[in-house]
Amino acid sequence: MESKEIKFKLNGKIVRTEVKPYDKLLEVLRDKLGVKSPKYGCGRGECGACSVLLDGKTVRSCLIYAVEVDGHEIVSLEGLQANGLTELQKSFLKHNSFQCGFCAPGMVIQVTELLRENPHPDEEEIREYISGNLCRCTGYNPIVDAVLDVIKNK
Amino acid sequence: MKTFEYFKVASVDEALRLLSMYGNKAKILAGGTDLVVMIDDEMVAPDYIIDIKGINNLKGIEIRDNYLWIGALTTFSEIIHAEIIKEKFPVLFEASKRVASVGVRNRATLVGNICSAVPSLDSAPTLLVLNASVEIKGKEDKLVPIADFFKGPRKTILEKDEIVLGIRIPLETRKYGANYIKLGRYEGEDLAQVGVATFVAEDLEYRIAFCAVAPTPVRALDAEAFLKGKELNTNLLDEVVPLALKAIAPISDVRASKEYRLHTSGVLLKRSLKASFDRLKGNGPSYGINLV
Ligand SMILES: Cc1cc2nc3c(=O)[nH]c(=O)nc-3n(C[C@@H](O)[C@@H](O)[C@H](O)COP(=O)(O)OP(=O)(O)OC[C@H]3O[C@@H](n4cnc5c(N)ncnc54)[C@H](O)[C@@H]3O)c2cc1C
Ligand code: FES
Ligand code: FES
Repeated sequence: MESKEIKFKLNGKIVRTEVKPYDKLLEVLRDKLGVKSPKYGCGRGECGACSVLLDGKTVRSCLIYAVEVDGHEIVSLEGLQANGLTELQKSFLKHNSFQCGFCAPGMVIQVTELLRENPHPDEEEIREYISGNLCRCTGYNPIVDAVLDVIKNK
Repeated sequence: MKTFEYFKVASVDEALRLLSMYGNKAKILAGGTDLVVMIDDEMVAPDYIIDIKGINNLKGIEIRDNYLWIGALTTFSEIIHAEIIKEKFPVLFEASKRVASVGVRNRATLVGNICSAVPSLDSAPTLLVLNASVEIKGKEDKLVPIADFFKGPRKTILEKDEIVLGIRIPLETRKYGANYIKLGRYEGEDLAQVGVATFVAEDLEYRIAFCAVAPTPVRALDAEAFLKGKELNTNLLDEVVPLALKAIAPISDVRASKEYRLHTSGVLLKRSLKASFDRLKGNGPSYGINLV
């Protein structure tokens, strides 16, 4: 199949790259563009490890063909922390919210979207937003604590 | 790796032209939350993918004439955040919140949900009790009641050269209460073991619909007729359950046994009818909460 050149904004910079129609956004980000924060967990939308922001909304990069983002904007964790760790990330560190860290980029992306929509969510809303982000290590409580802590200081 | 050719179309006519050219070898791509998985699982193997996300007139939610229109590209997240939905059809807000998770809902469309037509689809019971209809364009324009849209598991009446433009929900002038309850194996992201939606209008017209307990989503018409004109009470709730269960035919699968589905369908139906009735009377639980 023909390759196609796509152009999109990635973490603030315009990038152009050749992709096959069936290349997943996740593969292109990781293997071609060196953006390693989104992780391959399940490859079918269920775990949230591959989350990135597409035009400001959390999406599963394992369920998107790279050609679909032509002309759009992608922000990954690398983009969020371009000027140093965000308050949210610092709070995650303070609360020891991650162990192996595999889920961490997805969690940060998803909660970042939540806090932009609603700077003061309650615990239920936080849990609803991260319900599609699986964590096999922490039992979620330290993650929720970190979010509650960061919104207290807002 | 399965290869295909990718088209990004800017108009419905362009999509229809490609569909009539490639027929069964082509697949429409909306949010991709079903299609991409189906391609990866080799359940479908299209040679051509027609991405419709660039068709601007398939976007949005608006009141037209005497109905609410939801465009084919409208995602569950957009439905959840739309004021007009909370105002006119808060039950659709409630049902949309039960679909998958935020990161999937940001991409998944309501119309893609009905087009995939898996028996557990969360949007269908609510669309059924709201008497929605499906706008279809192909060789001719069709407006099909949602109850006639589903043909079987993963089967709809859509022809290979047809595309869904949107959903119409007739505006309700009466006061009413409604709700959608989804039972999953756990709270959070899971497909439904049983889903039930009910609707009660102030003149005591009742509507009941289920998903995940029959090959297609179904209305329980006999049960609705039995309740018609009656004020709900505990005796009626007990009497209506066997009537409603006649409308469904659950199977056993990884998510639940047939017996469990039958039993919980009755339990959830009672809970749902009571919540709809209480909402009609103004003292029900607020819309959006999980009623399981
Ligand atoms: C992790 C995960 C969890 C999920 N959980 C749930 C859940 O809890 N409840 C639930 O109901 N669903 C769930 N789903 C499925 C749900 O995301 C999809 O059904 C979604 O709504 C489909 O919409 P889409 O825009 O992604 O469609 P796509 O995947 O793009 O398309 C789906 C099908 O519909 C066809 N199609 C799409 N648009 C049109 C159109 N306008 N005209 C004609 N044909 C069209 C496509 O060709 C394809 O066959 C889940 C999915 C995932 C990945
Ligand atoms: S890898 Fe994408 S959701 Fe799991
Ligand atoms: S810290 Fe290991 S998966 Fe979350």
